[in-house]
Amino acid sequence: MDEALLADLRRVLGERILFHEADDVPTIGVEASALFDAVTALYRDEALAYRYLTDLFGMHYPAGAGEAGREARGEDLGLQVLLYNMEKGRRLRVTCRFPVGSPEVASLTPLFPAANWLERETYDFFGIRFKGHPNLKRILNIESMTVFPMRKDFPLEDQSREDKDDPMFGR
Amino acid sequence: METIKGNAVKDESRYLTLNLGPTHPATHGIFQNVLKMDGEIVVDAEQTVGYIHRAFEKIAERRPLYQITTLTDRLNYCSSPLNNMGWHMTVEKLLGIELPRRVELLRVIIMELARISDHLICTSIIGVDSGALTGFMYIFQWREFIYEIYESICGARLTTNMGRVGGFERNFPPEAWEKIDHFLARYLKDFEEFDSLLSRNRIFMDRTLGVGKISGERALAYGFTGPNLRAAGVDYDVRVAHPYSGYGEFKFDIPVGVEGSAYDRFMVRQEEIRQSHAIIRQAVEKLRDEDPAVFRAEVPDWVLPPKEAVYSEMEALIYHFKNVMGEVEMPVREVYHSIEAGNGELGFYLFSDGGRTPYRLRLRRPCFIYYQAFPEMIRGSLLSDAVVTLSSMNIIAGELDA
Amino acid sequence: MGVNPMGKPSVPIQPLSGAKTLSPVEPPPGLEGQGFFATTLDAAVGLARKGSMWPLPYATSCCGIEFMSTAASHYDIGRFGMERFSYSPRQADLLMVMGTIAKKLGPILRTVYEQMAEPRWVLSVGACASSGGIFDTYSVLQGIDRIIPVDVYVPGCPPRPEQILDGILRVHYLASHESLRRRDSEEYKALLAHYGIE
Repeated sequence: MDEALLADLRRVLGERILFHEADDVPTIGVEASALFDAVTALYRDEALAYRYLTDLFGMHYPAGAGEAGREARGEDLGLQVLLYNMEKGRRLRVTCRFPVGSPEVASLTPLFPAANWLERETYDFFGIRFKGHPNLKRILNIESMTVFPMRKDFPLEDQSREDKDDPMFGR
Repeated sequence: METIKGNAVKDESRYLTLNLGPTHPATHGIFQNVLKMDGEIVVDAEQTVGYIHRAFEKIAERRPLYQITTLTDRLNYCSSPLNNMGWHMTVEKLLGIELPRRVELLRVIIMELARISDHLICTSIIGVDSGALTGFMYIFQWREFIYEIYESICGARLTTNMGRVGGFERNFPPEAWEKIDHFLARYLKDFEEFDSLLSRNRIFMDRTLGVGKISGERALAYGFTGPNLRAAGVDYDVRVAHPYSGYGEFKFDIPVGVEGSAYDRFMVRQEEIRQSHAIIRQAVEKLRDEDPAVFRAEVPDWVLPPKEAVYSEMEALIYHFKNVMGEVEMPVREVYHSIEAGNGELGFYLFSDGGRTPYRLRLRRPCFIYYQAFPEMIRGSLLSDAVVTLSSMNIIAGELDA
Repeated sequence: MGVNPMGKPSVPIQPLSGAKTLSPVEPPPGLEGQGFFATTLDAAVGLARKGSMWPLPYATSCCGIEFMSTAASHYDIGRFGMERFSYSPRQADLLMVMGTIAKKLGPILRTVYEQMAEPRWVLSVGACASSGGIFDTYSVLQGIDRIIPVDVYVPGCPPRPEQILDGILRVHYLASHESLRRRDSEEYKALLAHYGIE
């Protein structure tokens, strides 16, 4: 990661940075409970000014691994927030992980209205709950669905279909 | 409690609930809007999407990289080659493949043709939704011609699956070049005729000026990108902000609107078509200096070798086997690449864990993000304005739901 | 390749030897005389039905864009009397389902079908509508014939406009050769009962 950028991030976020890396998009990891404060601080700072939300999505790591610089702590769901500074054209990815069984984080909708549907989509697919979201219900899947389809243990194929099962090659 | 024109509304039962969709002539694609109306004025809108959710991100976790191209076709299906090229660039970024300049120029031509094709649908359909069918009929003739160009290059009209990692599957045939030259020579005249039907048409301007306005700051807050954002006054274009595929060398303008109304969106798209036409012309010029036999980078690990070689050379046979069986090592990386697609910044966040298929592929779909602003844009306007706003935003259901 | 009105064809068009001349409108078999034409009622009604069908374009995705091309001037669906689209199911004859139908949309498609009045036909355009297509996923309905009866399937992803027109012509054939009593027959009632539609 660029030294100047890292220095700025440390200045603004300080202790909240758990790890940092920069393979393609500069990335910092924070605790889930600190995500909203971190993103707000990045928004408000004049030098960094990450005031545009490009994307927000979830991840599932069933084995608890994945992500550089972090050893597996038994956390299986994660959130990735992609921020953008449009004046300078700089991207930043802020990521956090949730302990198993309680994937909850404060919603970013007060800061970015764009996060509204992105968080609903993340909830729909992974089951991550966003506290303070105005309307947290499923968006793309059927409302009455009880499971979270993008998790790795959910099957992809339509289960009611029999004509494609092949004894040698499976489905 | 809402106040309409200064009168306090006594009870909610005064409002009419109107269900616009999911199947409705004005919704191009399937999405539902439940409008709360006070007479003819829209007070609020509640949207339901997901009626064409096909689980692209989950399918992508089970497909090798070259099979995901067919999924990207079906995102914004009005401009499939754009999505294909964006995906290929993402994979090339992951694998660290350098492209020959000719491939980049060919890609620019294809992407700009796809952009013209996409914008033509949107602008002609804004006309159709305001009652003007002639423009649609005229200009679709040229869309058919663009389809013929695609057909001579890759064989398909709409869902093109065009290109391979590192370039194209075969060189552009001479017919494709004839058609591109014909396009460059004849298209603008017919396009200006189509434009003259609508752009200074009193009725069309009455229908679209000041309709569905959104300011630049609100658009940025809602995550707008693409022509919708540029119509609101912000000149953000991924081709200029983060140039890819050699766009930095081209001379083109970014049209920017004034107040983010439907008319601005229409005019921005029309002007972008002219700019795309200029870019294609420049690309064809630049191609004169390039070796015409080059159409792909040398990446035998990722592209199937020609069949004659597979049957006669040992190396080609091994590469063929490795490709088909997925024996090639993928780097463990997480890359993000975005392109200026027809509707805005289409981003691919590709997480690879070294396996044959992506660990996670996130598609950052511009339609999904900016459609959230629709209730805000139509609050206080008439029902027919809501319809024109919807069509001027160019909501493509495939990209909305993915 | 075909003739492009905007340029010369790159491949010269050769007529097929022995090709019959085709006429898009053929009179039904009957007795013709000076100032009159006599045929069966079935045939006359069939001719009227196929020539004035009002389609309901239920366009969801990519096949919908190919349908727009079919409706535009190059492929011209108006040649077959189908340019007047009826977006209200109550006034439509032919339900053209074009594109992927998700399970979320299934009940709505079913409602639209049930609102159509007899005689009604269903054309399933594209692989997704016919069988789920390339999307064998938890969210996609694997073929609309799981919820409504289908008359003609048009395969393709997306089918070319010529294929869509072929499907339409087959529906026209069905419409023009259908017995007037078909909708009251036991077989048809059993078909609807199979789908739970009364």
